[in-house]
Amino acid sequence: MKQRIGHTFLAAAALAAFTLPGTASAAGKMTLYCSPQIEWCQLVVKEFEKATGIKVAMTRKSSGETFAQIKAERKNPKGDVWWGGTGDPHLQAAEEGLTVMYKSPMLGKLHPWSQKQAAQAGHKTVGIYMGALGFGYNTELLKKKGLPEPKCWKDLTKPAYKGEVQIANPNSSGTSYTTLATMVQLMGEKGGFDWWKALHKNINQYTKSGSAPIKAAARGETTIGIVFLHDVVTQAIKGFPIKAVAPCEGTGYEIGSMSIIKGGRNPDSAKKWVDWALSPAAQKLMPQAKAYQVPSNASVAPPPEAPKVDQIKLIDYDFGKYGSSAERKRLLSKWDNEVKSLPR
Amino acid sequence: MNRTVALWLAVGWVGFALLPWYAIEDGFWSFVWLDGFPTDADYAPGIVQAMGHGRLWFLPIGLALVAPFAVLWRDKTTPSFAFVLQAAGIFGLAYTVVQGFAIGIQGWEYGFLVTLFGEFGDRQFGMGYGALLTSAAFLFLLTRGMAARGIVKGDVFVVGSIGGVISLVVAFIVFPISRILVSAVQDNDENYAPALFFGKFLSTKIWGIDCLTSNVGCGVAWNSLVMGILVGAGTAALGLAFALVATRTGFRAKKLLRVLTVLPIITPPFVIGLAVILLFGRSGAISTFLEWSWGIEPSRWIYGLPGIWFAQMLAFTPIAFLVMIGVVEGVSPSMEEAALTLRADNWKTFTTVTLPLMRPGLANAFLIGFIESIADFGNPLVLGGNYDVLSTEIFFAIVGAQNDQGQAAVLAIVLLSFTLSAFYAQRRWLGQKSYATVTGKGDSGVHILLPKRLKWLVFGTVLPWSVLTAIIYCMIMFGGFVKTWGFDHSLTLMHYIEAFSVTTSEFGLVWSGAAWNSFWTTLEIAAISAPLTAAMGLLTAYILVRQRFVGKDAFEFGTMLSFAIPGTVIGISYILAFNVPPLELTGTGVILVICFVFRNMPVGVRAGVAAMSQIDENLDEASLTLGANSFLTLRKVVLPLLRPAIVAALVFSFVRAMTAISAVIFLVSAEYDMATSYIIGRVENGDFGLAISYSSVLIVVMLSAILVIQLVVGKRQLGRRDPEQFSAQRSAA
Repeated sequence: MKQRIGHTFLAAAALAAFTLPGTASAAGKMTLYCSPQIEWCQLVVKEFEKATGIKVAMTRKSSGETFAQIKAERKNPKGDVWWGGTGDPHLQAAEEGLTVMYKSPMLGKLHPWSQKQAAQAGHKTVGIYMGALGFGYNTELLKKKGLPEPKCWKDLTKPAYKGEVQIANPNSSGTSYTTLATMVQLMGEKGGFDWWKALHKNINQYTKSGSAPIKAAARGETTIGIVFLHDVVTQAIKGFPIKAVAPCEGTGYEIGSMSIIKGGRNPDSAKKWVDWALSPAAQKLMPQAKAYQVPSNASVAPPPEAPKVDQIKLIDYDFGKYGSSAERKRLLSKWDNEVKSLPR
Repeated sequence: MNRTVALWLAVGWVGFALLPWYAIEDGFWSFVWLDGFPTDADYAPGIVQAMGHGRLWFLPIGLALVAPFAVLWRDKTTPSFAFVLQAAGIFGLAYTVVQGFAIGIQGWEYGFLVTLFGEFGDRQFGMGYGALLTSAAFLFLLTRGMAARGIVKGDVFVVGSIGGVISLVVAFIVFPISRILVSAVQDNDENYAPALFFGKFLSTKIWGIDCLTSNVGCGVAWNSLVMGILVGAGTAALGLAFALVATRTGFRAKKLLRVLTVLPIITPPFVIGLAVILLFGRSGAISTFLEWSWGIEPSRWIYGLPGIWFAQMLAFTPIAFLVMIGVVEGVSPSMEEAALTLRADNWKTFTTVTLPLMRPGLANAFLIGFIESIADFGNPLVLGGNYDVLSTEIFFAIVGAQNDQGQAAVLAIVLLSFTLSAFYAQRRWLGQKSYATVTGKGDSGVHILLPKRLKWLVFGTVLPWSVLTAIIYCMIMFGGFVKTWGFDHSLTLMHYIEAFSVTTSEFGLVWSGAAWNSFWTTLEIAAISAPLTAAMGLLTAYILVRQRFVGKDAFEFGTMLSFAIPGTVIGISYILAFNVPPLELTGTGVILVICFVFRNMPVGVRAGVAAMSQIDENLDEASLTLGANSFLTLRKVVLPLLRPAIVAALVFSFVRAMTAISAVIFLVSAEYDMATSYIIGRVENGDFGLAISYSSVLIVVMLSAILVIQLVVGKRQLGRRDPEQFSAQRSAA
């Protein structure tokens, strides 16, 4: 069933010649699937090539897209390493056997939260940075509406904020799923869902993408957005009237991770990448790439703009339980039935 | 000697005995295989694979290539001629395909083959030039045999085209899409689970009607349906209005109008959505002005159906316009003149003669608007608010936190059923009537001018809409030159410098801007795929309108499939289908070209069908009677009359290749990165300045490309009097 592809190809040739893929240098090559922002991706690739001489072919896609791609390619994997992006899909990939175990010699140098998450995933993924959950608000709008400053998760459910809060739909966004799991861990399953039901009345829109609420707040389309704090910082640094709040009750967090793809063609280069990416040299690059998370290597200080971790009460987030697909499916369908279906 | 048979036999033998059978890993144009050819197992042609490498399963292919020699010198009317060619073609083709699917990179591909024959000691990679040429030879030997049996009046060219188009549609539309639709009846571990399908399919999330009684949202299926109908009807009406202004009025700024109508299709969709928010959003310019002047409390009314409808109208009206304009021009003035002679007034003539003759255009414009709307992803994402639609749900079923490919497939099936219904509704509405108005007979009339009432109505819609479009585009262009669009409006060139700077070094010019790489790739891929798309689309339209054969309706629907399915589903289905042998294409530029060709082909088909149903078949017959074959007729008679459709198809496919997002995200690779995937990455990160400046550059590039296309293809000559001269005469009288 591929009879006339020949024609298509020949016609294509007549119009322009496809360039040949670059030839591998002596040090080796690898293919990187990169999920954070493009500046960061380009920067780490450049520095890694400089440090090791390994040639990196990099494609950037969001973490959900990358996970879907790795899953679709599993019979004949094309990538070697998946670097960055929120930890949940990395954990899922580990659960589905799409990634391989690798214990980097750098493992001992990491923060305890990173080591714990790696151990829970059977060392099929490892954390490279951490970002705490919280919310941000538009200071100008808040003043104009005469609303009190929200300080805690509980504040967001007050009737005063009706129609002023945005959060992503946990079915589509990892950020929002982290919020769901955080509330369940923070307030117990019943308390957590009661909080969501009360919040539901104040929500003006469940966005699709996780960071959309704070972007909407920045442009004055909503007053409060529930997102990761480093996303709030990004908007504030751009100059928008946005203030970050670390909720008083404590909060959950994400661990941006990386994994080696099972069946990749350059496993040795992949291991070199992982070792390098956990090194201080690599993690020090974060502020340069406008990334305001906390690096996982304990010897690297977080960027000065990053939310101060010592001022945030972090809960003991159970990635093993809440990262598993069974628990995720259960919580999400419960959320659909008990929260989303309520009238507002 | 039969020349067609000889040609395809030669092609087949070149493919089987001279060229490497398998794909070359270093790329299609790599010639590393010349070293070590023809003995190296990776580069050997089929016949050497069989003889020298113990791959004995190649031998039957050789046999199928020998058989046609038996009839090479026979007359095409002898029964054995048709029989041998058909048998050899079918067998060769089927065998090549089956062996390709059965033996993969790990030996037998399917479990039952292992139990049947035991473990397989060998393996094979994706097919390369050899396999492609051989398969093509089998296909066209088969169609030659069928033509000899008298199918489709025994026309070799037509039967070959039908065979070719069907095979391509099957290979690049039906095959990949079926790969993903299967997952609707599978659970996440690919086990067969039909019960799951019904659970998902009948869910209230899809079909709920709570919105009628409470303020809980309705099911996504209803939302999509309502949106699609509103947008389809809206774009068809507005497209008609624009087409009427452009062809039937003395409006002076027609050229400008055309540019304005084309602008929105050449804009990545999220840019329009964003501009709409900056105007009508809660803190948007107009809302703020209304609050300041009238004290109207700003609200979020734009988020939801109004916003999506507005943005989609902006985005899709141009396509309706492109389809309509050829049809409006094509309506024969003699019929209108006949009506006037019979004492109908302008209004009656328009409503009873002109408008009914435009039905194919209206129907096709509606169909495209409807399908585009329900498959659109960007606008509902930005402006949807809590109005969930199928396309966004599908996207997030695949890439969202639940990651459920089966759910996406179920939703895609719902979406497809809507498309299918719209498609059949359109067919019923058009019915069996004839819309042929380009007959080749003396037809030198001039179109009637629009009736007064209609004229004001048309101008009353078109002008405000144009002003709005112009405002939005000024805002967008402006957005590239300011620091932070919508917030810090200090002028700067920094975004353009970051994206498109060129510096000089000791080695000459260095394209140091961040965007150059993806920019050149995009331009290259778009330039390659546009003509291929137009050719495929128009050939298909020709087959659909002019030829009759069994299964035509199914075939027509098949060509619409890839257009009707959201890009995300196409992207994933292309990975599922083309990441493994026998067709291993992921990571190449070829897969991008193929994806664009088959995704955008339907617009060429629709424009072609609409335009061709106006051209009287007698013209073709006259040409055939005068001894031309069908290929010559297509080239010399039909094509020149199809120029507006050609322009529409070329423009649309070029532009789509530069602006499409969702399908491409999964198909780009490090070597072949596309502009839109770069832009969307920037948008995700909130860097609108860079995204917009890149988009602005793309818009300029596309505008120039459209001008070039119009110049090269030219206008069609319908032998009518010059309307300006005519109106001068009329006013003089």
